[in-house]
Amino acid sequence: MSTTTAAHHDDHGHESHGHPTGLMRWVKSTNHKDIGTMYLWFSFAMFMFAGALAMGIRAELFQPGLQFVQPDVFNQLTTLHGLIMIFGAIMPAFVGFANWQVPLMIGAPDMAFPRLNNMSFWLLIPAAILLLASFFVPGGAASGGWTMYPPLSVQGGMSVDMSIFALHILGVSSIVGSINIITTIFNMRAPGMTLMKMPMFVWTWLITAYLLIAAMPVLAGALTMLITDRHFGTTFFNAAGGGDPVLFQHVFWFFGHPEVYIMILPAFGILSTIIPTFARKPLFGYASMVYATAAIAVLSFVVWAHHMFTTGMPVAGQLFFMYSTMLISVPTGVKVFNWLATMWKGSMTFETPMLFSVAVVFLFTIGGLTGLVCAILPVDIQLQDTYYVVAHFHYVLFSGAAMSIMGGVYYWLPKWTGHMYDEKLGKWHFWTTTIAFNVTFFPMHFTGLAGMPRRIPDYSQQFAEFNMISSVGAFALGISQLLFLYVVIKCIRGGTKATNQVWEGAHGLEWTVASPAPFHTFETPPQVK
Amino acid sequence: MNKKVFPFLGTISGLALTLVASTTHAAYDLNLKAPVTEIATQIYDLHMLIVWVCLAIFVVVFAVMFYSLYKHRKSVGHKAAQFHEHHTLEIIWTIIPALILIVMAVPATKTIFAMKDTSEADMSVKVTGYQWKWEYDYLDKNVKFISNLSTTQDQINNKSEKGENYLLEVDNPMVVPVGKKVRVILTASDVIHAWWVPAFGVKQDAIPGFIKEAWFKADKEGTYRGQCAELCGKAHGYMPIVVEVVSEEKYNTWLAAKAEEAAAGAAGADKEWTKDDLVANGKAVYEKNCAVCHQASGAGLPPAFPAITGGKVTTGPLEGHLDIILNGKNIMPAWKALLNDVEIASVIAYERNALGNSVGDIIQPSAVKAARK
Repeated sequence: MSTTTAAHHDDHGHESHGHPTGLMRWVKSTNHKDIGTMYLWFSFAMFMFAGALAMGIRAELFQPGLQFVQPDVFNQLTTLHGLIMIFGAIMPAFVGFANWQVPLMIGAPDMAFPRLNNMSFWLLIPAAILLLASFFVPGGAASGGWTMYPPLSVQGGMSVDMSIFALHILGVSSIVGSINIITTIFNMRAPGMTLMKMPMFVWTWLITAYLLIAAMPVLAGALTMLITDRHFGTTFFNAAGGGDPVLFQHVFWFFGHPEVYIMILPAFGILSTIIPTFARKPLFGYASMVYATAAIAVLSFVVWAHHMFTTGMPVAGQLFFMYSTMLISVPTGVKVFNWLATMWKGSMTFETPMLFSVAVVFLFTIGGLTGLVCAILPVDIQLQDTYYVVAHFHYVLFSGAAMSIMGGVYYWLPKWTGHMYDEKLGKWHFWTTTIAFNVTFFPMHFTGLAGMPRRIPDYSQQFAEFNMISSVGAFALGISQLLFLYVVIKCIRGGTKATNQVWEGAHGLEWTVASPAPFHTFETPPQVK
Repeated sequence: MNKKVFPFLGTISGLALTLVASTTHAAYDLNLKAPVTEIATQIYDLHMLIVWVCLAIFVVVFAVMFYSLYKHRKSVGHKAAQFHEHHTLEIIWTIIPALILIVMAVPATKTIFAMKDTSEADMSVKVTGYQWKWEYDYLDKNVKFISNLSTTQDQINNKSEKGENYLLEVDNPMVVPVGKKVRVILTASDVIHAWWVPAFGVKQDAIPGFIKEAWFKADKEGTYRGQCAELCGKAHGYMPIVVEVVSEEKYNTWLAAKAEEAAAGAAGADKEWTKDDLVANGKAVYEKNCAVCHQASGAGLPPAFPAITGGKVTTGPLEGHLDIILNGKNIMPAWKALLNDVEIASVIAYERNALGNSVGDIIQPSAVKAARK
């Protein structure tokens, strides 16, 4: 142990700072790179755990009838799969990227508030413990769906309270992290880096951070009302006391829809970084990309009730939310066209990060178009709460967000570890993931159209064939991620030495520092022309 | 190159053929259910329109991408151009999608107005969602009944062969006359449910404490099946909806039979029952209404659903037992709205004198009737 830490010191030549070593290096860390690493590992652990829950779901749905879990346990699996994937896997992964990359990309020595940064990471741990431990309390984990609609969630046991507290803590963590990111971006850019010269990834995160600050308190409000309804005799969501169950849905989705973009905008940022690198051509339409991102962010606050088309809103409300939702496809389309124009007449190579990015553009667009189908209110009446919706949001969240994260990991891994990852295995991971993903989720469009509701543990026999296909795909998708873990660990332990530049077509400040990036970078700010 | 591509194409088209061929057999349904109402037909057509438009956009856009992936590769020696802006192009690909959206929005808007128009209905049925059953109340006709899943537990637990309508069958279907505009008034007693019949193009949340409306006019006689579409707890997957659309004549016969049934049930309340008769009658009532939570064995699912066997209420004073069944408590619904006097007296007798309990006392249906007041 002592020798490795000593070696570590020699590597970086920063003994004078006296930063802690061993376990304390991580517990007390105020270093953006270490905190970024912790965020990414935390997120991966949560990804695997919530993925294991999904394996349980797919095992039960492999055939009609009840085989492995009882219906109440099944509902716990779907609920916690959703909660943990969203709040434990996707969101922290993007914060991990922000921690590592934002200071490196804008030429800052660290985040603006390093101690707050430490706190926002360590807040994740009690939240994760609350969520995981909730499986072991009387009555089992929360089972009312990740959306926690009352009155159902008022019926639940203490695990619902644990989930609510976990989300409160995660909300604090996200808000603190966002303030940190915004402050860093506004105050710590290298001289000469004007806002419109910032890398696109930094732009998308700046806008995401604002979305988080605006949306997370709304979630906290809804959850607090829920907990006072549960325990302190209020009736916000109970008609018998003058409340309204649908009020919760309005407040929840006012958070929930921006949340969707919180999970996809940084992914857009990653794509906008990777595609120009491997097309060896500058990003097409940088300015329109910035405006499109901002437009999506603004629109995301006025579309929430499209999640509630079947609640029986008045016609005027239904029309407004249908039109505003359809409008979102315009800026989203602009982004897709810009990526295609970036590839057009480039000089492309297809290393793993690029493979992931091209697949994301393709598959995310499928998710975007099915989103447009769902936006058409009369059609949504048939599709709402069916497997079609499950297919839709997995195309945007798995093949949009999660696969962008994987692409981003492969892209920056050489910079983080100093070694090239195993390209051959990376490609294997890409192909198995992409194929298994489509085998899992594409048939769900059909089961949804044919009328299979989501969140059911058992189904009529007409859905048996497609469900079996989906389950086989899901197991393959789950196993593929073990390969991802192996490739990453292999890369950390060794491999071809990475150059500073790493990728031939890479541009930006992060590629001017050594690989692996030294413990402290840009102590004197670089000059950006 | 061609040698590599063709077997691949062959496999794909082979797969596609298998898929198309097997659609005649219902197992690989690829599209919305065949519509039997005007609204459902409009939805079906709207969906097809949008799917074809989206598919066309998708094919054009990704044809461009795959062309580029093929031609603009470093390995074929393509040199990267350095352009990064083109204002005309950017304006075009903002405006064209906006125009396409307008084309989609127009028919959709028309359908929305039609869906919302519940005026001039020929009849109204109030539908109430309970955990986990539906209640149908034919307003002004004195017909009111509960509709429960009729698939057996053995089928669900893979102990016997699954029937044709596994999980989509009920004991008491909703019956409506063909060609009549039926207004459905929806509410719920406990949590939010959603009443969904795909062939009618109707899906409406049933929200406790609120009344929501929907309507349908079925043009074709037949049996149409749907399911609850809003997560409502443990047995959410087990509360199907079955609607039988029949001729006016058949509907009237059914209506008369239902009214007679209700009258017979009410009459039973005035006669004196023996313990054995009540217990025997109570078994069926219990298994239909209570077993989903308290289990057929009476073991319950604590802590949410207490055990009947040796339970505090079921072995305690009779009055307390009756009170909880009539008025409910926490998740337990108030059964006075759902069961008649004989059924309540029977289930009390069954719970106290079977399922491992032998308290020995019973309550007469006439006493239940009195306690309601």
